[in-house]
Amino acid sequence: MTNQNLIKYIYGIADNALILGQRISELCGHGPTLETDIAMTNIALDLLGQTRSYYQYIAELSKEDITEDDVAFLRKEREYLNVLLVEQPNTDFAHVITRQYFFDEFHFRFLEQLQESQNVNLQAIAKKSIKEVAYHRQFSRDWVKRLGDGTEVSHEKIQLAVSNLWPYTNELFMTTNDDVAAINSNHGIDVSGLKNDYFNQVAEVLNEATLKIPDLDFFQKGGKKGIHTEHMGFILSDLQYMQRTYPNMKW
Amino acid sequence: MSQNEIKDLEKIFEEKIARDERIEPKDWMPEKYRKTHIRQISQHAHSEIVGMLPEGNWITRAPSLRRKVALLAKVQDEAGHGLYLYSACETLGISREELYEQLHTGKAKYSSIFNYPTLTWADIGAIGWLVDGAAIINQVPLCNTSFGPYARAMVRVCKEESFHQRQGYEIMLTLCNGTEEQKEMAQDALNRWWWPSLMMFGPTDEESTHTEQSMKWKLKRKTNDELRQQFIDQTVPQADILGLTIPDEDLKFNNDTGHYEFGEINWDEFWQVVKGHGMCNKERISARKNAWDNGEWVRDAAVAYAEKNSEKEIQQAI
Repeated sequence: MTNQNLIKYIYGIADNALILGQRISELCGHGPTLETDIAMTNIALDLLGQTRSYYQYIAELSKEDITEDDVAFLRKEREYLNVLLVEQPNTDFAHVITRQYFFDEFHFRFLEQLQESQNVNLQAIAKKSIKEVAYHRQFSRDWVKRLGDGTEVSHEKIQLAVSNLWPYTNELFMTTNDDVAAINSNHGIDVSGLKNDYFNQVAEVLNEATLKIPDLDFFQKGGKKGIHTEHMGFILSDLQYMQRTYPNMKW
Repeated sequence: MSQNEIKDLEKIFEEKIARDERIEPKDWMPEKYRKTHIRQISQHAHSEIVGMLPEGNWITRAPSLRRKVALLAKVQDEAGHGLYLYSACETLGISREELYEQLHTGKAKYSSIFNYPTLTWADIGAIGWLVDGAAIINQVPLCNTSFGPYARAMVRVCKEESFHQRQGYEIMLTLCNGTEEQKEMAQDALNRWWWPSLMMFGPTDEESTHTEQSMKWKLKRKTNDELRQQFIDQTVPQADILGLTIPDEDLKFNNDTGHYEFGEINWDEFWQVVKGHGMCNKERISARKNAWDNGEWVRDAAVAYAEKNSEKEIQQAI
């Protein structure tokens, strides 16, 4: 595995945390209750904290003299390797929770395995992050059940969110060439191995929440290779605004 | 209750306050005390949650990851302050829903400073430095106020505010040690936030209607003008360290009094903003109202789910 393979492998992990953290941050101050506002902000803080750990490691690995902020703010859209799921918009609380839940079930399993990585840096980040993600998953899972088995209105709204976001789940388990290089050198983990357990668990929770699993045989993909949805450009416009407008300054 | 019994209770109440003892929610209190506290504590809680909005504007655009995380944590702290303060207020026999209703209909006020827009990143520094700085001066005396739940909430609020203030100042310091463009950004923010910050202490003592009673109940320990003077005396030297100019041509140090003299505050602007004519009054209230209205189905779902589950538990127990 080359250094470049490893860096791109880590982008694939860290960019999910950055973009989802950024998305949730948009909601700060606008939650349905003060308590959920605080909880969602916590999740965003955890994800952005994880992002920093990964990007600081990338900056170390890089042969250029770069910082975590260069990594976060100064790449082109095609160079961000997050899955399409995390860039989906905050349509309503049902979409926010469903996006979170679909990601958290994956994220937890992923970190569980990453703790076994031969790469001590990734191992350490995974060990720290998994405690946070266990909480995220508890939070989003509980809300899926509340909304699914709450009122008729909430049931309809979250059923729609499940249908809208379901096509973005499968991409979580795809592997890129950089993933394969990382797996073969025991730095990375093979996400395709997490797939069955993931879908079984999601089915169980959706079932308990009285929600139907969409009957689909086509899934969206592209983010892992840098080909994003239309939403991504707008996310980056906000995210990169200061660094692009005032280049080479310290903040 | 007879008039004599009420007088006895009033006497016990007054004596407690005179001895600096705390009044707790279950203690008898005069109706006016209860109402005044609901007004002040809720106004404070509303200010915290409306205050999340102008700063929240910059979370997605923060210039570095470190700043983004710090700002997000700060705005979250404000939500936490809102939560303790609403809870303290609820102990006085009013519900959170009623309190929100008062905010949304304009019956309850919040700090007018949050009706000013945040236009640049430097505004985030200026708000921390000036607005949180002014808030601390207003709030530290409340850690010893007579109503127990409010006083205890304020101890924690003040600790966090003081951290926010230093964080804001550090943003300003970084800008002022940066490029010419960054320094201009910092000066521009100071120019826009200075006067509204002075207005945060409220009308002059001559105009202030609540001071006397509030002093008696230890809701206030110093007058508006005294607190404003304290803020100016403390802040001008900090601006000097930054190398920024306070936008007041009349500002000068008086060696005899040991205080800064300052120019005329534009009270007309103050009252216009209080009356709802600030640049962002409508946006702030509609953002809060939207969050609440759009969240109704979520809250209903949570209640319905909890009820279903407690029924299930009862069934299982039988």
